[in-house]
Amino acid sequence: MISVENVSKAFTLHNQGGTRIGVMRGVSMRVEPGECVALTGASGAGKSTLMRMIYGNYRIESGAIRIGDEVLDSDRPRAILALRRNTLGHVSQFLRAVPRVPTIEVAAEPLRMLGVDAATAQARAGALLARLRIPQTLWRLAPATFSGGEQQRVNIARGFVHPWPALLLDEPTASLDPTNRETVLELISEAKARGAAILGIFHDADARARVCDREIDVGAFTP
Amino acid sequence: MSAPLLEVDGLRKHYGRRIGCAEVSFTLWPGEVMGIVGESGSGKSTLLSCLAGHLASDGGQILYRDRSGHAHAVANLSEAGRRRLAREEWAYVHQNPRDGLRMGVSAGGNVGEPLMARGQRHFGDIRAAALDWLERVEIAQDRIDDVPRDFSGGMQQRLQIARSLVNGPRLVFMDEPTGGLDVSVQARLLDLLRGLVRDLGLSAVIVTHDLAVVRLLADRLMVMQGGYVVESGLTDQVLDDPQHAYTQLLVSSVLQV
Repeated sequence: MISVENVSKAFTLHNQGGTRIGVMRGVSMRVEPGECVALTGASGAGKSTLMRMIYGNYRIESGAIRIGDEVLDSDRPRAILALRRNTLGHVSQFLRAVPRVPTIEVAAEPLRMLGVDAATAQARAGALLARLRIPQTLWRLAPATFSGGEQQRVNIARGFVHPWPALLLDEPTASLDPTNRETVLELISEAKARGAAILGIFHDADARARVCDREIDVGAFTP
Repeated sequence: MSAPLLEVDGLRKHYGRRIGCAEVSFTLWPGEVMGIVGESGSGKSTLLSCLAGHLASDGGQILYRDRSGHAHAVANLSEAGRRRLAREEWAYVHQNPRDGLRMGVSAGGNVGEPLMARGQRHFGDIRAAALDWLERVEIAQDRIDDVPRDFSGGMQQRLQIARSLVNGPRLVFMDEPTGGLDVSVQARLLDLLRGLVRDLGLSAVIVTHDLAVVRLLADRLMVMQGGYVVESGLTDQVLDDPQHAYTQLLVSSVLQV
């Protein structure tokens, strides 16, 4: 479902003397439907960079990334947007939302973008928020003032509100208490069971052992 | 949804020997928001004015496809044709609200006037629509009979936005729409615009120097420098992995809150 073939990436810093920093070389990997793969490696090894390339957030220099049958092409932004709406879900570490928008709407937003009506979208988002123990009294408030763990759970609700066939998870359990961590691991297992291809970064080794089928050490791709 | 709304090819505008904008080409689809960023003098506002037919371009083509699917070459439109598009299909939000408002007409009149221009005659309906829009842009309803001259700059800008959007345009041109607004109102406006884009398929071309605004609002981004588009692409990709020296400078110069 997610396929990376011989991908390289370098950053050229034009305003710092044109310094060229090679960050990845010869990355090849696949994630099949129903599989969860963990990216490992020391801090700075390029785990997030690889995730960002697969999400279309970073350009690649050479090689090819495919999500399903579709080749990711940074020169076709509309295709990437459609892919993100329909096929490729993402839970980032940080919540980025329009300020002042209520939590329930933030969590329902991906469904609304797919044309789901507000009531249905909010009902599904509400079910997830409840499962992630965000009290209903907070749903009408904007998440900006929430604690780190609460914001992360809103982010997770948003990332699981639609059954995307491919999912990227960046530290989904990082700032959660044990009960909520358990819920997130359940959500991941359920997504696997419905056939989602999942690629994630988990610093939590125990979580990794429980939900991931394989590990890929990105240190191997350092130029 | 299958045909592009706006197709721009090789657009060029000179001010004497100086370049306003040159070699600008892009396609905008229904429901899409295009952001244009760049420093002052980079040609952003010139481009926007050409797109809306306020300025005559010196070369290239702008095609706009209207509700009925008919394509208009914006540069060749008669004044009447341009006015019809401006009234029925487009909205233009000026950087200075005084350019988009009737300063001596009441707030309610400013919002109701475009409805009357489209043929609405029922006073109660027009006033109700005006009240609804004042609420959406957070202007107290008891200000409906006051003239914008007595409003603060930020209120004037919000009123201009209500006046622009009341008719349900298909395409909105915005020149620094959040420039003079308090951050609290700016957030409300971003939410309002996103809702209109999502629910009504509104398209927009937004010129701004605020990278945070384009990140939240624009699907795609064009970066302009010296009249040329130096970089374009998916908004988050351009901001997070900028390729051009100027974009790198722009992104690295933003103060973090």
